[in-house]
Amino acid sequence: METVKETEGAKTDINELKDIARRIRINLLRMLTNAGSGHTGGSLSAADIVTALYFAKMKHDPKNPKWEERDRFILSKGHAAPLLYTVLAECGYFDKSELMTLRRLSSRLQGHPDCKALPCVEISTGSLGQGLSIANGVALSGKLDKALFRVYVLLGDGETQEGQVWEAAMTAAHYKLDNLCAIIDRNRLQIDGTVEEIMSIEPVVDKWEAFGWNVIETDGHDIAKILSALNEAEKVKGKPTMIIAHTIKGKGVSIFEGKVEYHGIAPTKEELEIALKELEA
Amino acid sequence: MVEMIATRDAYGNALTELGTAHQDVVVLDADLSGSTKTGKFAKKFPERFFNMGISEQDLVGTAVGLAISGKVPFASTFAVFESGRAWEQIRQSVCYPFSNVKLVASHGGITVGEDGASHQSVEDIALMRVLPNMTVIIPADAEEMRQVINVVYDYRGPVYVRAGRNKTPVIYGKDYQFKIGKAVVHHIGKDVNIIAAGIMVYFSLQAAEEMKKEGIDAGVINMSTIKPIDKEAILKAAEASRAIITAEEHSVIGGLGSAVAEALVENLPVPMMRVGIQDRFGTSGKPEELLKYFCLTAEDIKKAAMEVIKRK
Repeated sequence: METVKETEGAKTDINELKDIARRIRINLLRMLTNAGSGHTGGSLSAADIVTALYFAKMKHDPKNPKWEERDRFILSKGHAAPLLYTVLAECGYFDKSELMTLRRLSSRLQGHPDCKALPCVEISTGSLGQGLSIANGVALSGKLDKALFRVYVLLGDGETQEGQVWEAAMTAAHYKLDNLCAIIDRNRLQIDGTVEEIMSIEPVVDKWEAFGWNVIETDGHDIAKILSALNEAEKVKGKPTMIIAHTIKGKGVSIFEGKVEYHGIAPTKEELEIALKELEA
Repeated sequence: MVEMIATRDAYGNALTELGTAHQDVVVLDADLSGSTKTGKFAKKFPERFFNMGISEQDLVGTAVGLAISGKVPFASTFAVFESGRAWEQIRQSVCYPFSNVKLVASHGGITVGEDGASHQSVEDIALMRVLPNMTVIIPADAEEMRQVINVVYDYRGPVYVRAGRNKTPVIYGKDYQFKIGKAVVHHIGKDVNIIAAGIMVYFSLQAAEEMKKEGIDAGVINMSTIKPIDKEAILKAAEASRAIITAEEHSVIGGLGSAVAEALVENLPVPMMRVGIQDRFGTSGKPEELLKYFCLTAEDIKKAAMEVIKRK
């Protein structure tokens, strides 16, 4: 049995984690098809990363969402709300049946995460480029209180075209926020096309290193590798860590993989059938 | 001789007192701590002060992170940059999630003076007032500012407070008591009532004094909370005089004048005039020259009041 680190209550069996990620993908596609709209590609690309965080890495307690010592997760790329909701439901923060209310009037599962409606979401997101600044504030507060929690923030690769991300990049390094770990879901696609052709962010590793960050590159679909990157990040002192997680947009379903068309649309019923066959095989 | 204190200085002092009393107070600035007067807090509590450099969007975002971690952040820079440069961050991350962030912006209005239009905020109140969940306050003097800072610390939710650069007359004594959403009625006039905010309150009191000499009963109301606005006070004043003037160091579009007009037109339409900046940008000049140039003096308020009385 392949095993990884020891967070209390965390899953350590990689095969079990893979199975959870598979279930997450199935449930998020079902909820998207039911809703009839939403962001499919970027939810699937980040599924393994967020699964690794919530089921193996982070200290958190679904029975006590505001537990002071919990590790914090901020979904800066709020478009992946379906993924976050599915993971939170799988953890037990709320009943899975609620997933079918996504994007409906009066639902707590808004089109993009709303922390007022759903308190297990740390902060409302959806307007890109803001999550890293907020994560920095949480990390600064942790330092001030000498708290032991860690702060995780997930950004899209296209999202790093926002100028505020680079203001925040400076802040995290300036204040030596080694209790902060950011992850870029490097799926190389954004709504208008490839990141490279719309607005290149390369050389992405050099940029973050130049801004004073510890940078780790990893395969964003290999849960064991994601976890070892997260563990390595925790050992680095005096600077924040950026994990560049190389991913495939739409990962897990052949008809969605690498297809820019599935950035912002939900699967049809027919597409869902194909997807479920592949994921349940 | 009236005592003169700038509201930004009152802010700096109040913040330092607040920081002494409460460990959860943290302060952020965007490289203007000398001007916004947060520098005083920074000196006393360096570990609770965060200079974010020249980056207003990150300033607001970081304040949000501190707020959701249980701190009470006061984030300051110039009004034009705080409300304008970081508007969408304030919308998404402060107002929408009801984050407990206190935005205290200095150098509001045209009395910034010589720096000119790029640094003169004449739109900030409109920009902040339109946001759901936001409370908007313009203290009229140093004592009101001192109290506002203490009150907004106790209040849980987003607040925008506007401070001024220059020394202005102290109007209130220690017996004064500020309440969010409660207008300060100096006097209700039978002929006309002037609803003012910020530095315009003192000029309105002067104008009313002048009119009194001519036998005109003009009232003055300090509408320091622009949002939520004290509708009751507006309607009482309108009922008494059937003529209303608003006076603000801000564009006549979207600020106090608009807020009062909205309340009147839906409830008790009476003749009204708005003294303020007439849909223009500011310009360089000495503060007192600019007040004349943009027609924001006691004389201008009086002129408008006389005109509105004729329209009754």
